[in-house]
Amino acid sequence: MSTTFPTPARMTVAALLALGSLAAHAGEVEVLHWWTSGGEAKAAAELKAMLQKKGDTWKDFAVAGGGGDAAMTVLKSRVVSGNAPTAAQIKGPALQEWAAEGVLANMDDVAKAENWDALLPKVVSNVMKYEGHYIAVPVNVHRVNWLWANPAAFKKAGAKVPTSWDEFFVAAEQLKKAGIIPLAHGGQNWQDFTTFEDVVLGVGGADFYQKAMVQRDQAALTSPTMEKVLAAFKKVHSYTDKNAPGRDWNLATAMVIKGEAGMQLMGDWAKGEFAAAGKVPGKDYVCAAAPGSAKAFTFNIDSFAMFKVKDAANQKAQKDLAAAIMSTEFQQTFNLLKGSIPVRLGMDMAKFDDCAKLSSKDFVASNKGGTLVPSIAHGMAAPPAVAGAMQDAVSQYWNSDSMTVKEAMAAIANAAKAN
Amino acid sequence: MAAPSSASTPWLPKLVVAPSFVLAFFFIYGLIAWNGYLSVSASRLLPNYDFVGLRQYGLLLESDRFHVALTNMAIFGSLFIAGSMGIGLLLAILLDQKIRAEGVLRTVYLYPMAISFIVTGTAWKWILNPGLGLEHLMRQWGFADFTFGWLIDPDKAIYCIALAGVWQSAGFVMALFLAGLRGIDDSIIKAAQVDGASLPRIYLRIIIPSLRPVFFSTLMVVSHLAIKAFDLVIALTAGGPGYATDLPATFMYAMSFSRGQIGLGAASATVMLAAVAAIVVPYLYSELRTRK
Repeated sequence: MSTTFPTPARMTVAALLALGSLAAHAGEVEVLHWWTSGGEAKAAAELKAMLQKKGDTWKDFAVAGGGGDAAMTVLKSRVVSGNAPTAAQIKGPALQEWAAEGVLANMDDVAKAENWDALLPKVVSNVMKYEGHYIAVPVNVHRVNWLWANPAAFKKAGAKVPTSWDEFFVAAEQLKKAGIIPLAHGGQNWQDFTTFEDVVLGVGGADFYQKAMVQRDQAALTSPTMEKVLAAFKKVHSYTDKNAPGRDWNLATAMVIKGEAGMQLMGDWAKGEFAAAGKVPGKDYVCAAAPGSAKAFTFNIDSFAMFKVKDAANQKAQKDLAAAIMSTEFQQTFNLLKGSIPVRLGMDMAKFDDCAKLSSKDFVASNKGGTLVPSIAHGMAAPPAVAGAMQDAVSQYWNSDSMTVKEAMAAIANAAKAN
Repeated sequence: MAAPSSASTPWLPKLVVAPSFVLAFFFIYGLIAWNGYLSVSASRLLPNYDFVGLRQYGLLLESDRFHVALTNMAIFGSLFIAGSMGIGLLLAILLDQKIRAEGVLRTVYLYPMAISFIVTGTAWKWILNPGLGLEHLMRQWGFADFTFGWLIDPDKAIYCIALAGVWQSAGFVMALFLAGLRGIDDSIIKAAQVDGASLPRIYLRIIIPSLRPVFFSTLMVVSHLAIKAFDLVIALTAGGPGYATDLPATFMYAMSFSRGQIGLGAASATVMLAAVAAIVVPYLYSELRTRK
């Protein structure tokens, strides 16, 4: 529709935009993001301040809501009408889809000048590249395979924080006997899928995860290992409370904070909830790798895709933005506020808390050991259409009382073929 | 009613109507056509005009999730329409008994319509949640074995959506029927009473049949509410557990806007349009024919 917008309309839009930026002769960056709450908003303000120091104008384009769905809808209409922002928060294989539409800009010169190839793990830089060229800049790394535990609840039940799925079931049984909900879970399909991903990694190992979730190899998806994974996954369901469906993840975290529940499987953004409740890591709560995945690391990386812009001053500002995002100052301040860890290797972690230090150590180690894998539940391992179809199948199995392991395996394998 | 100046300026009415005609033509029929074209294109993340024939419809037919959505539409649609019309009619008849404080009661029943579906959905989500609402309350009152877990049961959650929908719309339907009842000539009823007809018989044989036109317009209003139901599902269950309470509208939204499957979303929208047309066109046809 909008592609056939009559030119006068487009010109009016352009004229209006020009009016808006008359004051700024230096470049202007317009950044689409959905960091609108608490620590995230502060983190975005940090980026703004850094760019203003370089003399560029920052035009905020925050669209809140729907975990980015709302922002994506706005972005699509802007891009289709030929009026793309400078940068937008897009991540994972979705970057490739946008690049394939031919709307993203080549950032190779900044990357070369700043030596990104050496600063980023290869698994990460591959995600940021399309046909070998940088089209996006990574901001932070979230680790998804975390287990959050309430030590007081564990003490009361006489259990210990599990390091494998077998231990998990033992601990869960003990917690249940002590009248504590073993696992706090929010029954929304992405949370079901996050739990599934942890079980795949913990039961099958990083190699299996790579084959089944990243390459989506049919043989792996229908193997006996997958059968074991699915059986364990279903067993996890029996240790959640029945009010879980529809619950938001932060309410599940609150259950662990209050000691109503013993554990939660959630990415490191859960740390923000503990911090907001004034809890101290190691004392009031424990952060440990999800069972059986201490050596592996499922990453969820936020990044900014760089769109093609016309004006030369704005192009320069865009490059400033890209360089600023990868700078050590920004990586440190931003990630301290957001609760994630820097994506840039070799940073000083002294100011970070223990959970982030552990996360950073495992990030480096897993990169060397080849066990650094993309999170499928958070759109890092597969394009949205495929990941979505698999998420449907997994969530269906999690919630159904009648679906057998074989049926679930067939459904997931079939969904993985979706294109 | 004849406009006196129409003979002198025959072009004026046409000119006045033209902008709205053009807007409606372009933004309704134009966009329907555009959507139709997208549904046979290879569109993924952004609209793309490579023709792929009926491939998107093939994918749609294979999709389990879409089958669930259609089944849910049938269950929700029939329960919602039958429920709100049945309860609405009953309330209207009861209110029509010349009772005291009718104005207050009418407002009370009509109130849910003033609330948006988002609010209704959220409120019912809390009421039906076993740990927060009804079940929790009954247990606190001492009924320790009381269970009501429909909202968290994938097979029954769709009935919760129908329940919330009926609660919201029944009062509105009541108002429509009440207006219809007030329009019936008293003398017919008096005549029937003189003839010795009992009250139920008067209602069944005389009053309800004479509500036929109201009945049809109500059906139109309620069925379009059912087909476009979206916000209620989003607020009440967000399509869950799993995708057990997906409706075609939520399916379309998920595919087009979250999954980067615009072609598939457009195909499902076309299927919805066809379903609506299958209901509305025969009705319009019969209505227009009888007017002649």
